[in-house]
Amino acid sequence: MTAPLTAGANPFQDRETGRRLIARIGEKLDRLGATERKPVRLMEICGGHTHTIFRHGLSGVLPAGLEFLHGPGCPVCVLPMGRIDDCVAIAEDPRVIFTTFGDAMRVPGSKKSLMQAKADGADIRMVYSPLDALELARRNPDREVVFFGLGFETTMPSTALTVLKAEREGIANFSLFCNHITIIPTIRAVLDTPGMMVDGFIGPGHVSMVIGLKPYRFIASQYDRPLVVTGFEPLDVLQSVWMLLDQIDRGVVEIQNQYARVVPEEGNPQANAAIDAVFETRPFFEWRGLGSIDESGVAIRERFARFDAERRFAVRSPAVAEPDSCQCGGVLTGTVKPWQCPLFGGACTPESPVGALMVSSEGACAAYHQYGGLRKGAA
Amino acid sequence: MCLGIPGRIVAITDAEAMMATVDVSGVRRSVDVTCVAPKDGPLDGLVGRWTLVHVGFAMSLIDEEEAKATLAILHEIGEANAEIAAFAGEVA
Ligand code: SF4
Repeated sequence: MTAPLTAGANPFQDRETGRRLIARIGEKLDRLGATERKPVRLMEICGGHTHTIFRHGLSGVLPAGLEFLHGPGCPVCVLPMGRIDDCVAIAEDPRVIFTTFGDAMRVPGSKKSLMQAKADGADIRMVYSPLDALELARRNPDREVVFFGLGFETTMPSTALTVLKAEREGIANFSLFCNHITIIPTIRAVLDTPGMMVDGFIGPGHVSMVIGLKPYRFIASQYDRPLVVTGFEPLDVLQSVWMLLDQIDRGVVEIQNQYARVVPEEGNPQANAAIDAVFETRPFFEWRGLGSIDESGVAIRERFARFDAERRFAVRSPAVAEPDSCQCGGVLTGTVKPWQCPLFGGACTPESPVGALMVSSEGACAAYHQYGGLRKGAA
Repeated sequence: MCLGIPGRIVAITDAEAMMATVDVSGVRRSVDVTCVAPKDGPLDGLVGRWTLVHVGFAMSLIDEEEAKATLAILHEIGEANAEIAAFAGEVA
């Protein structure tokens, strides 16, 4: 393993280290015989990394023999339309104060987004934390406060702990609309995609802070692909790229931890205990663009039924077909580039998104649009 | 939404409810510290420690240098402002 990037006043920004790493990555790619036509393809699973890669133009400074594929790790991007329709239906109940993270406001539903529902008069409020939603419930005992819980294992502990808090305080007018999804079945779905081209994974940093490294082992043992858990600074990503190439070069396949300064190998026991207490695995969960993935979502356990918005409100989760010619599914699995979608930049833009990948700054389509322009192969 | 921001735990406000005050670049707010609480022993040991705050929860303890470097970068690329504004946001 290379030395951790901790020297200097502002170690993650050190340009000299960056240049050295880029040169070493170039040497590795040459040794591997990687070219623009036959590149090594690394997938970042987490939208935070997609954002880092685009924001700092990493693809532009790396040799053409390396290609980034942008995986399904932005929780906002994979929300199916039917669930947004559910949110709107719950929010339009006059008893309800509907609370959500800001990122979810613009995701299109089949009829409207939460933003449009708010403009139409629904009481929808953006919050920073599920604890803010709980506070609203304390202050408005005559209203039903619903929190839209979404995200991977990074945000799951926060909603689980909020439900536990609501139970301890006996708060009767708070509930969670649970749309949490889990990372491992998602990675498996990518690995099982026909035509899968991923040579290695840049592993999520903050999800791993919660789940640790062990759950990723099957990627190496069953699918013969390396994964390196990675931080969010540009130098973190560059170092991980080098670590992945080094594994490929040495002919080994391992799960490594580049982000050890934040991610403990065994994860966070308190966070996992909260998750286990409140949630149980759903048999399947519907993803935007990916279809149904077995055991990829969680629901609230029976014991906490009174905090479960799905049981308290008429939630139908209608199956809504993706818009015509939308390529979100292909983009999410790395088999289609955003610019290959016929809607990209025309019918689908960050201002009026058709697919959710165009909404969040962590979505591949929005990132291409903002930082790559319309240029084919810009990243 | 998945990024989080480093802050310093400056006071334990309600040990029973696991709540502490965290300072992020001068902005203070109440944060849940369950995930970084010592297994046994009082929460007071957390005061002065740096932590990665994500949607109102302290998710891991980090060292001071790391925390400052991350904050500096977030400021430099203009992303700290949005995070801090969200962090500062009071419930309406
Ligand atoms: S351009 Fe829009 S519709 Fe096409 S893949 Fe991207 S988000 Fe989906």
